[in-house]
Amino acid sequence: MMAHGYEPSDENTPGMEAAFKALTTFDYGKTSTRDGRTVREYKLVAMDTDVEIAKGITFPGWTFNGSIPGPTLRCTEGDILRIKFWNGSLHPHSIHFHGIHPTNMDGIEPVQPGSEFIYEFEAKPAGMHLYHCHIPPLSKHIHKGLYGNFIIDPVKPRKPARELNMVMNGYDLDLDGENEIYTVNGYAFAFQARPIEVKVGELVRVYLSNFTEFDLINSFHLHANLFHYYEVGADPDARPIYTDTVMQCQGQRGILEMVFPSPGKYMFHAHQSEFAELGWMGFFEAKG
Amino acid sequence: MQTKAVVDRLKPLKSKGIWGILPVVLLAIVIVLIANFGTGIKTESVAPIEVLDIPKIILTDEGFAVHVFNSGPEEVTIAQVLVNDAFWNAEFNPSPTMSRFGETEIKIPYGWVEGDPYEIKLITSNGLLFSGEVPVAAKTPEPSAARFGQYALIGFYVGVVPVGLGLLWFPFLRRFSNRGIQAILALTVGLLFFLVVDTLQEGLELGAEAPGVFQGTGLVWFGALLSFLFLLAMDQASERKGARSGKHVAYKIAGGIGLHNLGEGLAIGAAFATGEAALGTFLVIGFTLHNITEGVGIASPLLKEQPTWRTFLNLALLAGAPAIAGTWAGGFVFNDTLAALFFGIGAGAILQVIYVIGAMILREAKKSASPSMSWLNFVSLTAGILLMYATAMLVN
Repeated sequence: MMAHGYEPSDENTPGMEAAFKALTTFDYGKTSTRDGRTVREYKLVAMDTDVEIAKGITFPGWTFNGSIPGPTLRCTEGDILRIKFWNGSLHPHSIHFHGIHPTNMDGIEPVQPGSEFIYEFEAKPAGMHLYHCHIPPLSKHIHKGLYGNFIIDPVKPRKPARELNMVMNGYDLDLDGENEIYTVNGYAFAFQARPIEVKVGELVRVYLSNFTEFDLINSFHLHANLFHYYEVGADPDARPIYTDTVMQCQGQRGILEMVFPSPGKYMFHAHQSEFAELGWMGFFEAKG
Repeated sequence: MQTKAVVDRLKPLKSKGIWGILPVVLLAIVIVLIANFGTGIKTESVAPIEVLDIPKIILTDEGFAVHVFNSGPEEVTIAQVLVNDAFWNAEFNPSPTMSRFGETEIKIPYGWVEGDPYEIKLITSNGLLFSGEVPVAAKTPEPSAARFGQYALIGFYVGVVPVGLGLLWFPFLRRFSNRGIQAILALTVGLLFFLVVDTLQEGLELGAEAPGVFQGTGLVWFGALLSFLFLLAMDQASERKGARSGKHVAYKIAGGIGLHNLGEGLAIGAAFATGEAALGTFLVIGFTLHNITEGVGIASPLLKEQPTWRTFLNLALLAGAPAIAGTWAGGFVFNDTLAALFFGIGAGAILQVIYVIGAMILREAKKSASPSMSWLNFVSLTAGILLMYATAMLVN
């Protein structure tokens, strides 16, 4: 007799691997110095890539560097950023960064297929931001997968923690304007099949953003524990919300900080139960 | 011409044979070339072509058993299964991968709630979605002797009983004059005309549900045309032998109506099998009332003869008993494609009967030198259609 419900496979498929890679990989760029300031150079390539979004299901995505979400770019406030963008896709694309920058670096101009553009600006303000393609039709270019997290650390570093990157998103398979699959970091049930291992008592910091297209909002709910939530994370000294559930509109993001008091498996999922059962569900496994 | 034929005959047989085979050989070469090198327009389709059909969903105490049929041109792999917008465990027998015309059964453990609607979605490895619906959840009846008997009884109520009751009007109908008999025949045409339209519509509806590769709606038309022509040919062959009687026509009407009633049985059986017991009961009442008029139609060609009780019994069975077979088929092995074909055959058979009765009216009218479409006949025909229309409302 099979179990009643859904037990996802923990097989290390390409999609699963990509989800775990996105969880802990931060791209700090290639650093150099110019006039005493740190310059960080990143390379982003837009391409048409088939990605695995749930066990056995491929999605014809448009990606930055081959994955959905794209790489998490990370720097420190005041750094000079140079993002070399090469468009290897069949469609015009761009990169629009959230934050403060000159308008000619805003990424609303299309970069044609087979050409390059270098976005250069100073990283500010500190906080948890985003980047995404800003070419019309917007919903198409975002739903297809052209987005990622963009973290600007404050000059005075945050407390040391185990840091995780999470992007909430969804996939519309039959192009009816509704998602059939919801995920964190692009792969359904990734962290349910293989829980995220953390240590009891250590500070866990999650950089959480919402890139779910077609649905108005998404959410994050943690079982058996509460977390501190810093909206945008722009002011590290601000008084956070202390809760077990937060809601984010598309493009909204924030920093979650939590400590697991005792060993065990702590579930987390979207508190829209529909999203949860369609892939957006996972576990933290705290070990003593 | 003649000289040419003679010349042809004089040629050795061998060379003549080549002209028979050559076009076939050349055609084969052309097809091989197209298959290997494409049409020259585009060799690969843009989107993956996958077509899955879900002919049947069985509800058991353990959950759902979904029958899936690959009617597309390519191999298909089902990657995930969703029930009412939730990923769900599934077991595939024999395999989640189906070759062309391949089948698989998916067992889904699910605590369904009686009376609730369910949608089962299958996601293929290419991200294509196919869904099957359970409109009202109820345990699928398992074939058993008792169930077999119950279905037979329902078929008997719906088919044999009302047709038999309709035939009981025979002595009353006999009192009619020649013109009156013509009017009864016109009434019969009206009844049958309604049945043709109804049968075709039902058939086309079912045909549209059938897997596209079987051309369900096409089967209705092919079935109708061929059964019409087949019965016509049979008729004309027996006419030449001089065998033609009212009894003969009555049997044909009963046969055509029998095929129609088979369809009614299918509808009833399918309603019970999919858990729509209320609908099933409603259909039983409606069809029973509706079918009593069919007895009149069957009796009308016999008005000038001396039929025995045995003939009436046979006619009632011929027209009514297929409802029993239909109920069994609908309840246990419902198949949209076959049902569509049956409906088509039924429609063709009824149409041919209309043709025969029409000829009868013309002949009678000629004999009595009265107009074939007299006002009385027109009113009777209209009444026939209206009668069917009114009783059909009870079913819809």
